[in-house]
Amino acid sequence: MRWFWIDRFDEFVRGTRAVAVKNVSLAEEHLHDHFPGAALMPNSLVVEGMAQAAGLLVAESIQFNRRVVLAKVAAAEFHFDAVPGDTIRFHAEVLDIKPAGSLTKVRTMVGDRVQGEAELFFAHLEPGAGVPQLFEPAELMRWLDHMHIYDVGRDEAGQPLVRPDL
Amino acid sequence: MPSRDEIFEKVKAALVDALGVDEEDVSPSATMVGDLGAESIDFLDIVFRLEKAFGIKISRGELFPEDVLSSSEFVTNGKVNSAGLAALKARMPFADLAKFEANPSVQNFANTLTVEDMVRYVSGKLAA
Repeated sequence: MRWFWIDRFDEFVRGTRAVAVKNVSLAEEHLHDHFPGAALMPNSLVVEGMAQAAGLLVAESIQFNRRVVLAKVAAAEFHFDAVPGDTIRFHAEVLDIKPAGSLTKVRTMVGDRVQGEAELFFAHLEPGAGVPQLFEPAELMRWLDHMHIYDVGRDEAGQPLVRPDL
Repeated sequence: MPSRDEIFEKVKAALVDALGVDEEDVSPSATMVGDLGAESIDFLDIVFRLEKAFGIKISRGELFPEDVLSSSEFVTNGKVNSAGLAALKARMPFADLAKFEANPSVQNFANTLTVEDMVRYVSGKLAA
């Protein structure tokens, strides 16, 4: 089982910005005891969703050639808790990108209210000694298909993204 | 060209954001690694923030010479050799390396760079 904290992308513009969605449901076991009788989506897991939305945005822009690893969470702030029945929309934006790392900003919305915001910094690690492979290529493609990246994604010129044959 | 104090204030803001330290901790003599707890990944974050704050471009290794410190050409038995010291001086004219030269073990380099070095570095970039 993988650790999925976004359900799909609704918008995805290569290396620039994306909008991902997560539906919070009481069917998720982790909410049953967090807290008994008052289920709240933990904001630590909202951060994980932020990292998945922004991390995929960055990793796709560099053709998944490096391991994109969340290195730092800066300036994180949450204004209220998401609860079962809420839809969280992750608005991710790439602020800057270099070969060795990238700086992104993600804002989460529930309806028209800003639920949280954070700056996420990713390290881009060269595959090789000491850097484990994070995904089997086929597994990565399955995840990207679940995320609908190649259904909604556009490149810098506004053309549909081409699904790579990994 | 902004004044030295204006540059210091912007450098301080970048370090507070990147390192999560308090403003009062960011004194000119504070060392980046020893006092402010910067790790190697933080230097890239700091590069992003300085580039944005000052509208400058910073090449890889310019601010923190990790390539020199990990090179077998420039490091002998855990110490930066004379060729390495020359490379560091050429690369980092903004840094005061006198103290490091006295005991140039790679580990000591962590406590060499100060906030004032960052300010001098930015001043040099803006004046170029």
